[in-house]
This record gives sequence, C-alpha cells and structure tokens, in this order.
Amino acid sequence: MKHGRLHPLVMIALVVAATLFGRILPTWTLSLATVAASNALIALGIVILARTGNVSFGQGLFFAAGGYGVALIANAWGVTDAVAQMVIGAVCGGLLGLVIGPLIARYSGIFFGMLTLALSMVLYGALVKSSALGGSDGFNVGRPSLFGMVFVDPREADFMLYAVSVVTTGLAGIAATILFRSELGLASLAVRENNLRIEYLGISANRVITINFIIAAVFAGASGAFALMAQRHIDPQFAYWTTSGEFVFVAVLAGYQSVAAVFVASLALELVRSFSNLYLPNTWQLVLGVFLLGVILFLPRGIGSLWIREKRKRSKPAAATPAAVRKGVAL
Amino acid sequence: MDRFSRINRSAVFLSVVTATALALVTPASAEDTFKLGIVTFLSGPAADSFGVPARNGGQFVIDQLNKGAVPSPYEKVGFGGMKIEPVIIDENGGATKQVQELRNLYQRDNVDAVLGYIGSGDCLAVAPIAEELKKMLVLMDCGTPRIFEEAKYNYVFRTAAHATMDNVGLIRYMKAKNVKMDTLSAINQDYAWGQDSRADFVAAAGQLYPNVKLQTDLLPKFGAGQYGTEISALVGAGSDVVYSSLWGGDLQAFILQAAPRGLPKRSQLVFSAADHVLPPLGDKMPDGTIIGARGAYGLMSQKSPLNDWFFKGYEAVNGVYPVQAAYRIAQSIFGLKAAVEKAMAKNGGKKPSTDELVAAMTGLEWQSPGGLIQMRLADGHQAIQPIAISRTKYNPDLKRVDLVDIQYFPAECVNPPPGVKSLDWIKGGMQGAKCN
Amino acid sequence: MNSFLTIVLDGLIQASWLFIVALGLTLVFGVLKILNIAHGSFYALGAYIAATAVTFVAAHSLPPSVGFVAMLASVALIASAVGLLLERGLLKMFYGRDEVVLLLVTYAVFLILEDVTKLIWGVNPIYATQPYELFGNVAFAGLYYVGYDLLLMPISAAVGFAVWFGLNRTVTGKIVLAVIHNEEMSVSMGVRVNRVYAVAFAFGVLLAALAGALTAPKISMQPGLSSDVIILSFAIVVIGGLGSVEGAAVGAILVGLARAASVHLVPQAELFMIYLIMAGVLMFRPEGLFKREAARRI
Repeated sequence: MKHGRLHPLVMIALVVAATLFGRILPTWTLSLATVAASNALIALGIVILARTGNVSFGQGLFFAAGGYGVALIANAWGVTDAVAQMVIGAVCGGLLGLVIGPLIARYSGIFFGMLTLALSMVLYGALVKSSALGGSDGFNVGRPSLFGMVFVDPREADFMLYAVSVVTTGLAGIAATILFRSELGLASLAVRENNLRIEYLGISANRVITINFIIAAVFAGASGAFALMAQRHIDPQFAYWTTSGEFVFVAVLAGYQSVAAVFVASLALELVRSFSNLYLPNTWQLVLGVFLLGVILFLPRGIGSLWIREKRKRSKPAAATPAAVRKGVAL
Repeated sequence: MDRFSRINRSAVFLSVVTATALALVTPASAEDTFKLGIVTFLSGPAADSFGVPARNGGQFVIDQLNKGAVPSPYEKVGFGGMKIEPVIIDENGGATKQVQELRNLYQRDNVDAVLGYIGSGDCLAVAPIAEELKKMLVLMDCGTPRIFEEAKYNYVFRTAAHATMDNVGLIRYMKAKNVKMDTLSAINQDYAWGQDSRADFVAAAGQLYPNVKLQTDLLPKFGAGQYGTEISALVGAGSDVVYSSLWGGDLQAFILQAAPRGLPKRSQLVFSAADHVLPPLGDKMPDGTIIGARGAYGLMSQKSPLNDWFFKGYEAVNGVYPVQAAYRIAQSIFGLKAAVEKAMAKNGGKKPSTDELVAAMTGLEWQSPGGLIQMRLADGHQAIQPIAISRTKYNPDLKRVDLVDIQYFPAECVNPPPGVKSLDWIKGGMQGAKCN
Repeated sequence: MNSFLTIVLDGLIQASWLFIVALGLTLVFGVLKILNIAHGSFYALGAYIAATAVTFVAAHSLPPSVGFVAMLASVALIASAVGLLLERGLLKMFYGRDEVVLLLVTYAVFLILEDVTKLIWGVNPIYATQPYELFGNVAFAGLYYVGYDLLLMPISAAVGFAVWFGLNRTVTGKIVLAVIHNEEMSVSMGVRVNRVYAVAFAFGVLLAALAGALTAPKISMQPGLSSDVIILSFAIVVIGGLGSVEGAAVGAILVGLARAASVHLVPQAELFMIYLIMAGVLMFRPEGLFKREAARRI
C-alpha cells in the first residue's frame, strides 16, 4: 500500500473516535473545538482550491453568505435544526460560488486573491449599510436543535454542536482525500504546475478551477453556518478581510499535505489565541505573531509535517519523489 | 505498521495540546473570593479613549474596595467581605472572539460574574450566550438600545443608559439655551453607533425644532482619520449646527483639522460623546462647543463624597482625571457590589448563587460617582441615569478645558419609560418625560 | 463650479499622501514579490516617530520649522534602519517560499508591530500638531485650506518624480528595474539581488513611514492606525497595477477623487466606493491599469 493513504473506513473510525472523545473533554474545550472544526472546514476548502495554485483571500464572502443565509432563514421560518442549517449554509455558499466561480477562474496568483478580497469587502460594505440586518452590529439567532431534540443543558447543547461539526468536517476531510486521488484532484495539481500545458492535454483549466472553487465555497458556507450556530450572532465581520486572512493562515499553518493537520492547526491557533489573551491580555497579538512566525520557520511544510515528514525518511528517499507526489495529500 | 505509528503520533500531539490546555485551567474560586471577569479594549482604536481608562478605573475601584478604603455606603471590604479577584481580557478582535472568550471565562476560568464590554456588537453577541449558560453578565457601556429592546434576558444587566439619552439630552440642552438651529449638518461614522446616534439626534431635533432642515449628512467610515473632504463639505454647507457622534481618535483628528479651516466659527459644533478627548486636546478644542459625556461624568460630575473620592483618587493614581469610561465601570462595579451584599443580607451571609445575585440586581438602585443609577427598563435589567451637557471653555491657568453652562437632566427626562422603544418614544414626542 | 473645484482639490490632497504609501507598497511588491501587510504598521511607526520628534523639539522650545525638519530626518533614519533589519534579519529566511507564505510572514510582523508600538508609546493619544500650523491658511473657492495640506501635493509629486527618475535614469535604478522584470536573468548578469532586495524593502518602509510622518501633524496617534491604511493602499496598488510607479500615482488620484466626489455628492456610498472601483478594474483589467503583460513560461 502506498504511504499516506488510509482506507476510508479507518478514517471514519477516526472521526467517530474524535466525536466520542468530546464526551470526556471539559465543557469549555467543546465550544473551542467546535470553532476549530468549523474553521478547519473552511481552511480545507482553501487547501482544495490551493491545489490549483490559487489562494482565495475572500473566503469570508462565502462564510458570510452561509452565515447570513442561515440566520435569515432561521429567523424567518424557524428552521433550527443543526444539520438543516448546515445544509442551508452550504447551499448558500455553493450558489454564490456557482455565480462567482466561472467569472473568477480566469485569474491566477495574486490577482485571484485580490479579486476575491475585493468582492468580500464589497459585501462587507453592503452589510454594514443594511440597517435591516442590524448594520455593523449584526443580529442574533436562536439556539439550534437536532432532529427535533432541544438541548437545554449547556453541556449537552455544546456537545451536540461539537459532534455535528466534527462529523461534518471529518466527512468533508474524507471526501477531500478521495477527491485528491480522483482525476479532478490530479488535474488540479497539474493546473498548479502549468495551466497552459494542461489545456494542450484537452482539459479545461478554467473548469478545474471553477469546480474546486465551488467546492471551497460550499465548505465555506457550511463553515459560516457552524460559526453562526456556535455564537448565535452574526455581523459583517464575517466578510471582513482579516477573517478571510485567518482562514488562509490556518491552511498555511497546516501545510498542504494532511487533512488532519488542518484540524490540528485550527485547534492550536484557537488555543494559543485564547491562552495568550488570558495570561497576556496586553500583548496577545505579539504572542500570536511570534507563534505564527515560529511555525512557518520551523515547520516549513506546516504542522502536518510533524507526523508525515519523518515517515518519508524511513520509506523512501525524499529527493527521489517527484514534485506532484510530494504535494500529494495524506490523512 | 507505519500507518499506525503515524496515527499514534497525531494522537500524541493532540493529547499533548489538550493536556497543556487542561493544565493551564484555573480552579474554581474559593468561598472567600469573588472572581470577576473584566472585558475591555486593551488594543485597537477604542483602547485609549474607553478601554484603558475603563481598565484603570476598574483596577482603582477594585484595589480600593479590597482595601476597604471606599467611602459610604461602600465601606465593606470587597464584595460583602469577599476579596475581588479580577481576570482582565482584551475586547479587541470582533464578536466571534468575544463569544468564545466569554465561554472560556465562565467554563474554564470559573469566574463568578463577567463585567464589561464597550462595543455594541460585542454586547449584542455575548448577551444570549450568558443567558444560555445561566451566568451573571453585567454590560457596563455599549450604546445600542437594541440589546433589551429586541430580546428579554434574565441573567444579563446593563448598568448604564443607552445612547438615546445622549442625543435627547443634547437637543433639550440646545432648546433650553436657545441655540439657533434652522439648518443642521451631521458627520457620523458609518457603523451602528454612528448611524443610530444620527437617527436619534435627527428624530429628537425634529420634535423640538420642527422647522430644522438637514443639509450635509456625512457618514465617513470608521477610523478614517483624515477629514479634509468632509470638512470642505461641512464648511461649504455653513449650517447653524454641525452634529457629530465621532469619538476617540476620529474625533480628535476631526477637531484638529476642522479648527484651522474655520468650521467652529461658521457653525455651532455639537458632540454627543466628547469629554474623553478634552484632556488630550487641551487648547485645540474650540471654545463654546456643546458636548455630552454620556452621563454626569468627569468635569460635569456632581459633588458628593463618593465622587470626590473617585475623582481625586483616580487622578492621583493615573495622572489624569477620570472620564466617561472610568465612571461607567465604577458604576457597574458598585452596582454588582450592592447586589452581592443585598443577596448576602438575604441568605445569611453566604456567597450568593447566580440566581440570588440576579434576583438582587433586578430593579436595583444604587449611588455611583456619576449619580443615582436605577435599573428601571427591561423589567429591571437596563439602567437609566441622569445626564449633564455643557459648553467648553479653555482655562489657560490650569491648562485644561473647563466645562461651563452645565445643565443636568434627570434620568426620566432623557430616557424612554419602560416598555417603549427608544426611537418610537422620540418620534412620538417623548411622552411621559419628567424634566423639572 | 465651486464644488467641482473643491472636489478636485480635496481629492488631490487625499491622493498625495495615499500615493506615497502606495508607492512603497508597489516597489516592495515589484522587487521582492511580497504583498506586504505590515506596510500599514510602518506607516503608523513613522507617525509615532514623527510625533516623538516634534514633541521633543517643542519641549526644547525650538521653532516648529525645526520640528518639521527633525520629524522628517528622524523618520528617514529610523525607518530605513528598521527596514534593513527586518529584511536581513527576518524576511531573508523565507525567500523561495510560496507568495502566500511570505504574505503571512508580513501578517505576523503586522501583529507583532501592533503590540510593539503599543509597548513603546502606550495607548494614550499623542500629538504633533505644531508643524500643521507652520504654513498658514489659504482661501480658495470660498473655503479655507490649511497651507500644510496644500504643501503635501508638491512634496508628493517630488517624491514621485525622484523615484521615477531614480528608477529610469540612474544605473542603480536600471538594476532594480532589471530585477523587477526578470530576477533570474539579473542574477546571471551579476546583479547582487540580495542587496537590491534589502535596499528596496528598506526604501518601501521609508516611504510608508514618510507618509505617516507627513500625516502625523493632523491626526492623533493611537493603536489601530495601521489597519485602515493597508487596505486603502492595497486598493490603489491593485487598481494601478502591482509593481508600477505610474500605476500607483493614477490609482491614488483615482481613489482620492472618487472619495472626494462621493463625500460631496453621494455621502451614502463612500464606504464601498473604493472596493467597487477595485473590483471593477480587476474585472476588466485584471493586471491593473498600468501593468505590462508579463512573459510567461509555457
């Protein structure tokens, strides 16, 4: 068996284990892990898109679209089911991605990033202006339920959200690993290497980018729904450029090699942020900055390289690995 | 084999991260201390105007309370004999982060209550979370009336009046002082505080100055810092009155740039929340500007032993006199203290449970350095308080801006009665206001 | 007519400081291919240093004109030192990595500088208003303008011209241009690219700090100064074309005029006017208005 490839059943077992792990976690880590999982989901979308060589600095656009879509529908029709909200968020993000994707697929590199950023900032400006949606202060939604069950006990409610978000992110991760091994996934890597050559092979680079873009948008929309469920409040900050920037940060911290790393990176970032804010409230940004520099410097291929690089050494000399495989993804 | 060792390694990494996190968790507070989470801006644009003065004010009041050095009626050490142990958190970073940090304060750091929040968006976001966790939350500032007008809370309190008071007070003051206002221009930041303040002021102006004409109506973005264009437009319009709810760095920059271009000479400047820029601006502040301080605070505060102690003590520690944010945190700490002690008087001197604390706080009235605070609105969860409005006058001897022509308005004159939404109240002619 | 004149004048005053900031950003991108998020922090740094210099001069009761000179000199000195130090000490370690990684490195620098300025200067507002009164007031189109604001225009034009002249008419400038156009080729021709990198980055920092210093007298320095500047200058640079000096000038003027026009004519639209222009330009000319089509490998 080639390295870096787990059987999907093993992955499902891992997701189940992670979910059950939530039963023994202290309450405060549950909501933190929920946020981490939801951030991991959107970062996963960025990783998928990044395999085509394009990094979106405007995922906040779809994050906000998912969040606002769910919030408005929840308040208008009383949809409180967590799974339904997640699906609504994903659909909202996906629909917007369907509109924007084909337009944006023509661009590449830094222009791709800048255009996505500009679009998300236009949405931000529009949201701040819409006083019907609470303007810059945003508005609140009620707490989610699951399959008709309402959770009154805070710990149970937190666990429910944790479970739903971990399972969703886990399934998305499994889907991503399958995608990476598919024809589309391999074509994406080829687009990243050289998008003209791939056109000569008869594959439309635009189409590959568009599809990946829509997948990323769907993940971002679902992630927006989770962020909304976790904090029960939404405001235009969802679409602000620093929000998008943070998701890119999680993706880079994780490195492009491992799906599990995305989740770990996201969790580590949340923990560092939270504890530095508690113990060093005056200099938490400094701590965060130094942490990020440290990871980029000492783990150049991301947190994922903590448990993937070493393995390489034992199995095969890394130098002999062709670039495309080096960038291949393992769980 | 490889596969399992890899899974092992990730599992080890995860558990190390989790274990470190768990090791850092602080234990529940003891029976003889009261652990108080305090959330205020320590970085970002609101830090210097509100966040840090609030932290300094809070630190000062808590130190003095723990020493038992506060005058009557707050002589008792700490909260009913329990020492106060503050845990201070930065409010900067947006509502998402605040929701997470609030949960951490309650669930990880086991604080007995959380007190703070300056940003309206943050207040709106954290209130339902505290309600869900059934934990005591005291909002000390934030402008928006929406918190209790759009929802009902049991565990959430706001110990300061919302922004409606600031603008109704200004208009009442202008009417009382016969300020001419046939034409009006406005400049407010393009976010909720600016938009709401503008709406309140324009609505109140429409009531007491029915013929007023709104001319230039500007909404620069928050943190713009450079107002050359806006000032051209305002000077060009030449309205009788220029109203603004700008604050902090934006307000200072606006004044610095507007004064040399003759705006204060052409128009009467009216600022809804400007006391905190007086100490830094000094003689750059044009004389005769009408300002509010979101309460009877700082140089507009009324004389009382409690206020003398606070004003002088704060000034001695921090080298500058206290302004609105320091007063606002002081009044919420005293309110919480009053509630704790009321609850302890009822339960026989034990540390009160959250529910006992909530019962004691609901509808409470207490004295603060800024005057009497009454939890009147939202079924006893939202405070009303008196306000003062005045004009600026630079005092070259003391090298500071003095406030003259001070007029006080009782709480019930400038705040809506229970059960009425603020904007509806203003538009309906401010029925039921008691103003003498 | 009058309102047309005020729009143009207000817009140009805005454009003049925006241009200086954007010029630094575009140079750094052109040479190092880094989109520097910390650029706004250097702007803030310059403003703080200027304020300290001006306050220092005023405290020794020297005339404000000395303060103005001292402010520019101290900023030039400290900013270029900081720039060199950061490039040699930090950025160097990350060359050869993804564009995105470098961008995140500068984001980390932005976070760190945010707290470092706070640790050095505290959170209380700091002023340096003395130079603002130095050049009196001028009546124009029925309004008063501050002489200092008007002076910004020739200063900015001079800076722009100096950079253009330096790049196009001197040997050093030609070398920098060569690195911008094709780094590999320059290396093989014997250009010490490392040195060009260091100088270009330090110069970019210097320009940001200079813009900060020139704005310092009319604002109050406090935390949070940087985040707004960076997004504005991004917009300008993207509109004009990343790495183009002319583009930065045109972008700055466009943004300045658009802002001024929207304040005077449609104040409601001010908030997203700039992003609309940016998105519009990107849609139709994704490389920006002034970017030459780059050759690419097939």
